[in-house]
Amino acid sequence: MFSLELLAEAILFGILLGAFYAAVSVGLSVAFGLLDVPHVAHPAVMVLAAYATFVLGQYGLDPIVAGIVLMPLFFVFGMAIYRFYYESFEKRGSEAGVRGLAFFFGVALIIEVGLIIGFGVDQRMVQAAYIGESLRIGDMRVPMRMLVAFGVALVLTTGLAIYLSRTFTGRAIKAVAQDEPALRLMGANPVRIKQWAFGLATGVTALAGAMLIIVGPVEPQLDRVYIGRTFAVVVLAGLGSMSGTVAAGMILGISESIVLSMFGASWAPAVAFGLLLIVLGLRPQGLFGR
Amino acid sequence: MSGPLLSVAGVSKHFGGFTALSEVSVEIRRGERFGLIGPNGSGKTTLINCVSGAFFNDGGTISFEGRDISRMPAYQRTRLGIARSFQVPRPFASMSVVENLIVPLEYVVHRGSLHTADTRAEAMEILRGMGLADKAETPSNQLTQVELRKLELARAMAARPRLLISDEAMAGLSAAEIDEVLAILFKLNEAGITIIMIEHIMHAVMRFSQRVMCLDAGKIICEGTPAEVVANPDVQRAYLGH
Amino acid sequence: MRKTSVGFWVGAGVALAVAVVAVNLITNEYYFFAAYTVLTFVVLATAWNILGGYAGYVNFGTAAFFGVGAYTSVLLIKAFGAPLLVQILAAAAVSGLLGFGAGLLTLRLRGIFFAIATVALIVIMETVVVNWRFLGGATGVQLLRPPPIPPFESYQKMLFVVMVLIVLVGIGIARYIETSWIGRGLRAIRDSEEAAECSGVPTLKLKLLATTVSGALMGAAGAPMPMYLSFVEPFSTFNLNYSIGALASAMIGGTGTWIGPVVGALLLSTLQQVVTVTISNEMNVLVVGILLVVFVVAAPDGIVGLIKRLRRSR
Repeated sequence: MFSLELLAEAILFGILLGAFYAAVSVGLSVAFGLLDVPHVAHPAVMVLAAYATFVLGQYGLDPIVAGIVLMPLFFVFGMAIYRFYYESFEKRGSEAGVRGLAFFFGVALIIEVGLIIGFGVDQRMVQAAYIGESLRIGDMRVPMRMLVAFGVALVLTTGLAIYLSRTFTGRAIKAVAQDEPALRLMGANPVRIKQWAFGLATGVTALAGAMLIIVGPVEPQLDRVYIGRTFAVVVLAGLGSMSGTVAAGMILGISESIVLSMFGASWAPAVAFGLLLIVLGLRPQGLFGR
Repeated sequence: MSGPLLSVAGVSKHFGGFTALSEVSVEIRRGERFGLIGPNGSGKTTLINCVSGAFFNDGGTISFEGRDISRMPAYQRTRLGIARSFQVPRPFASMSVVENLIVPLEYVVHRGSLHTADTRAEAMEILRGMGLADKAETPSNQLTQVELRKLELARAMAARPRLLISDEAMAGLSAAEIDEVLAILFKLNEAGITIIMIEHIMHAVMRFSQRVMCLDAGKIICEGTPAEVVANPDVQRAYLGH
Repeated sequence: MRKTSVGFWVGAGVALAVAVVAVNLITNEYYFFAAYTVLTFVVLATAWNILGGYAGYVNFGTAAFFGVGAYTSVLLIKAFGAPLLVQILAAAAVSGLLGFGAGLLTLRLRGIFFAIATVALIVIMETVVVNWRFLGGATGVQLLRPPPIPPFESYQKMLFVVMVLIVLVGIGIARYIETSWIGRGLRAIRDSEEAAECSGVPTLKLKLLATTVSGALMGAAGAPMPMYLSFVEPFSTFNLNYSIGALASAMIGGTGTWIGPVVGALLLSTLQQVVTVTISNEMNVLVVGILLVVFVVAAPDGIVGLIKRLRRSR
């Protein structure tokens, strides 16, 4: 019933899945990990991007290309959301921050319902040359779409990590997370930087959404299970740690994959949330937290 | 009872790789007026946070009236007799001034008491002593800076402490306001309350304290009478050098 | 204080009497179902508000406690054929215990982590039930309603009155907490947890109390549901919409007093029923989302707050 080959295949699949989860969570890592925004609507925005990819796919656009095309649009969208959030909540102090959480849940809900009204509750998927094919590695079969997602995920996370550590704006973003008053003294406007960072996080999420619909079909309430996955990754990584996000994504991906092959699909949704509770209970600062 | 009121022995505190306090030891005597000074980031507030229970210290022990309180949660320390005010005032914003004081009266002095009438009268008495009686029914989020500072002290007093820690209660106040707050602290000390004062305003610390301790980068660099500490070259270097 | 207490209990008695009379006069089954749903949300919003409003710990776990309450009933019915009162008390006990445990695990964490942990609780509970054959698993379980007890014509009508009782008990508990020293302590925690702790408030203990009472009440609200519908399945029982409805009702109504969640739930839930019937089911969720965002941004003190402001400016 349980063989080493099955385990190896599950682990391999888990690694690919893990990279995907990392890429999907990296936007949240910036928005919540660095900027402290209670952005529970992050997965919903990703699902929105997935549907946008679907629509562009109807016009013949390859999903990855569609994702890249969507990035600047979502960047602007993200900046607008942050501006609104800042004016309504963060400015008014910490009690308002708790209401900010309710606000983002409302936004997620509105996106969900908007998608149901626009597209119905049925699943949607895209077509591409690499979706549906499998690659043979020894005795194992690896779905092509997972390899593609893996590749895009690596490029995305590496790109973002380089941006944050090498460019001036990137370092300013990291600085504003650690020491806002110091940044102000240096003459930089922290609100502008946070706005840019949030826009960046949302832009990245557009590509994540494209990957989402490559990896599997989407439906409007898909964001709910991804709240668990993305927050599990971000918390396990430790807030603000980019490299931690990749490691945490891998851990989640492999855990889910093993549970899936050993216990079946009915237990899989609990893995991310269970992992989240365990981390929160035992080591809330995560693996590499600041 | 003999022995110090508060004993801090070899206390250290780290935040990740950063050492905020390093082997700090001091004994506070009953009824004393003790001043704690040091440049920004020297660890004064961290030390106070360890004493009041906002954090737990990493190394060393903290004892109050001979009892080790190092791992005791903050609310229990308050019930033992340690009260503090906050550097940035933290009023219970949804409550009126008098209600702010009823909280410690109900939770420390008259635990679980259902007779609100008594606590209100007690609270009013404390407010009168602080000069805040006319603001009793004002929502606490509508007070001026100096009123907020007084409320912080009043609320700490409502817990009927034996040790009161005042954390930069006078920052940003005018000379007359500083005198007001100082007078209140003197009066409290005369009533038998031991006071630790953290301040940047040198003349206030010097006037008020019987003994002063200076911290820098988490370590004690000097301890003695106000005159001794002010004359100490290390202290001068710590303040000017930064 | 005594005068308003007497007024409250008289009002409660009147409400109960009205319910019993209405039950025997109104015949349209749909109105009962709609009213039962509205009442459920009144309890859920009131319960939510004890932790979310009074203490300020916004959470999304309502569906978990509600669902656990419902399935505790199912377990007792299938295993022991237990009577209704036992179901309700057991459901309250189990959900209360779950609330205590969840609180112990997560209340030391910051607000948003606590909120996400409560979402995790829903999914985990749902997954446990899905994999539990005896409780019907993913496909659900059919239940046979026992014969009605006179003077009620049907078992469902009796459950309706029971729900009214649960509402009154819930509101009574919320009102007691709000006006007592416990409520003051919770408000202190909400305003500044650090200052509360330094003022002698045992913050963790009080928060655990709030979570336990809140969870227990939600479990009690869930207990009659399986018998009312005579069919239960996990996905609609552990649905996040219960959490959202409770939270939205309390925030829209006003989180400072027990009146807010009642008003909010009555208005919102009724509006939802109307929208579902006249437009569509999806629209009703959209309505909740939009109202939640609007109120959270523009009217943070809710309807009760708006009314207070109007009265003051006159």
